[in-house]
Amino acid sequence: MSVITTKGVTKTYNPEKIPVHALNGVDLEIKEGEFTAIVGPSGSGKTTLLNIIGGLDRPSNGSVQINQTDIATLSDNQLIDFRKENIGFVFQAYNLIPVLTAKENVEFVMLLQGKSKAERDSRVNALMKAVGLETKINKRPSELSGGQQQRVAVARALAPKPRFILADEPTANLDSHSTANLLDLMLELNQKENVTFIFSTHDQRVIDRARRVITLVDGKIETDEVRA
Amino acid sequence: MMIFKLAWRNIWRNRRRTLITAASILFAVLFASFMEALQKGAWNNMISNVVNFYFGYVQIHEDGYWEEQSLEKSFQLKDSMLLLPEQFPAIKAVIPRIESFALASTGEQTMGTLVVGIDPDAENQMTGLQERLTTGNYIEAQDQSVLIAEGVAENLKLGIGDTLLLISQGYHGVNAAGKYPVAGIVSFASPELNKQLVYLPLAEAQWFYGAEGMITSLALKLDNQGDIAPLMAALPAHIDTSRYEVMDWKQMMPDLLEAKALDSAGNVVVYFILYMIIGFGILGTILMMTKERMYEFGILTAIGMKRALLSISVWLEILLLAMLGSLAGILVSMPIVWYFKVNPIRFGGDYASTLEKFGFEPIFPAEFDVTIFLMQAMIVLILTAILALYPIWKIYRLKAVEAMRD
Ligand SMILES: Nc1ncnc2c1ncn2[C@@H]1O[C@H](COP(=O)(O)OP(=O)(O)O)[C@@H](O)[C@H]1O
Ligand SMILES: [Mg+2]
Repeated sequence: MSVITTKGVTKTYNPEKIPVHALNGVDLEIKEGEFTAIVGPSGSGKTTLLNIIGGLDRPSNGSVQINQTDIATLSDNQLIDFRKENIGFVFQAYNLIPVLTAKENVEFVMLLQGKSKAERDSRVNALMKAVGLETKINKRPSELSGGQQQRVAVARALAPKPRFILADEPTANLDSHSTANLLDLMLELNQKENVTFIFSTHDQRVIDRARRVITLVDGKIETDEVRA
Repeated sequence: MMIFKLAWRNIWRNRRRTLITAASILFAVLFASFMEALQKGAWNNMISNVVNFYFGYVQIHEDGYWEEQSLEKSFQLKDSMLLLPEQFPAIKAVIPRIESFALASTGEQTMGTLVVGIDPDAENQMTGLQERLTTGNYIEAQDQSVLIAEGVAENLKLGIGDTLLLISQGYHGVNAAGKYPVAGIVSFASPELNKQLVYLPLAEAQWFYGAEGMITSLALKLDNQGDIAPLMAALPAHIDTSRYEVMDWKQMMPDLLEAKALDSAGNVVVYFILYMIIGFGILGTILMMTKERMYEFGILTAIGMKRALLSISVWLEILLLAMLGSLAGILVSMPIVWYFKVNPIRFGGDYASTLEKFGFEPIFPAEFDVTIFLMQAMIVLILTAILALYPIWKIYRLKAVEAMRD
């Protein structure tokens, strides 16, 4: 089943002044359980594409369907709710709320969803264990390394059981060791729990681990390759 | 709960900024409360002087007397009125008076005076008149002598035992004339009272004015200002209000109240400037805080926090900060104001004598009134609540993508 379908998506920044055509007609379909990398040189439109399929930004033209919902039909407020229920985000850095502990950060969206304490506790514990940070539950982000912070961010993205997780260059600020660790974690979650991951990167070591690699050049899909 | 936790922890994120902001609020609350307490205290002190030294908190007159201030509006003192203290425990005593103007003369010099017939004991109970005696003796009910104010004595060059001639028009226009020895001289802080008061025992005054058994006013002695309102509400059931008027001090002295209000209005300017300065300080904190947090606001809305909820959280955070400052301000103000209530500021020298000339006692006891502190805290909170609309405005205009692009 496809979780994301885009048709003819374009995005032009500054249409009035100096227009920047960041996306020039992207047709894309992502299926459940994928582990997909969006690659391409800096400025090729990776972030723009992820923002649009994450409902953080709206396309200039074309349509985006998530779970059969055309997100253009949603109001700003509905879109926030829609993201909360359906999409997990891992950003490049500073994902976490500094005044909350690791546990509280992971729990946060579940609180917004109105989940019971029992449910929150068991899920947070399971997730912190899954990302290998069960001993850091009560640490604030500032007390964690960059790699650990990104793992907590992955746990937070997973907590509300979204349909897929979008990660924009999640390893860009990590050293090689942490990069490998984070990728291991993501792959494991993908294989064991069938979590759908879509991430952008221009790190070859990360690209090598992806099962589908979509290459963007100048806001267009140049190649789309599924590996065995 | 989560919102509250988030707000509270965010306050302590920038400890130094929080402390500086809270301290500026503390200072404002302290300064304003102290000023207000001193001013209120000075006025209340003055009012209580005027009320206690002469008028009493409540008076009963013949209907229309206060307007005309004439003997023609005097009334027969009834026994039932003398029994009021038994019916109303709040009334500690009743003080009958008959007063009108008379010419006072020694033969050589003549002046206008206010001649008041009093029950010497009752009068002393309320106004402490006997303590104002500077020379001579206090008068007694059956005496046929007068007590005169210092100013009158000076003007007419009278001493103890000298004779004072009083001439006036009595009740229903009868001729009133009498000759009285001076029994004692009393001194008032108020020059107004000092230059015109002459006291006669009630019976003698009634005889002098040709108004047997009549009085112009019956003052009620109360110990508590708080008793005034309930008493004013209860009295009409016991007193025929078509014949009598019952007035409290505010109705009798609207000028005094007006002057007080005018003085308080002057404060508004000072407060305005003070809170302008404090307001700019708070605004600075809010602007910096908002700017620093835009990225985070972006993340929060991206992962599903509604703008309304985020706004409430931030608003609460700023309000908590203001409450912290106000609370500290109240806690610091209370003992200070209390100290100056117990140890009033007392002016000396020229300033004191100027004040005394105008009938003020030169002391400024601070008023310890919780509403003063609460009022200042309220002003801070309302001001802050309004300033805290700025981040809310930013949150509603925020685009997650742009906020997170730095
Ligand atoms: N808000 C924006 N306003 C104007 N131009 C933008 C904006 N965001 C991105 N761009 C431009 O759009 C193009 C694609 O950017 P982006 O999606 O960030 O690429 P990538 O993530 O692959 O580096 C770039 O040329 C970039 O400069
Ligand atoms: Mg990018």
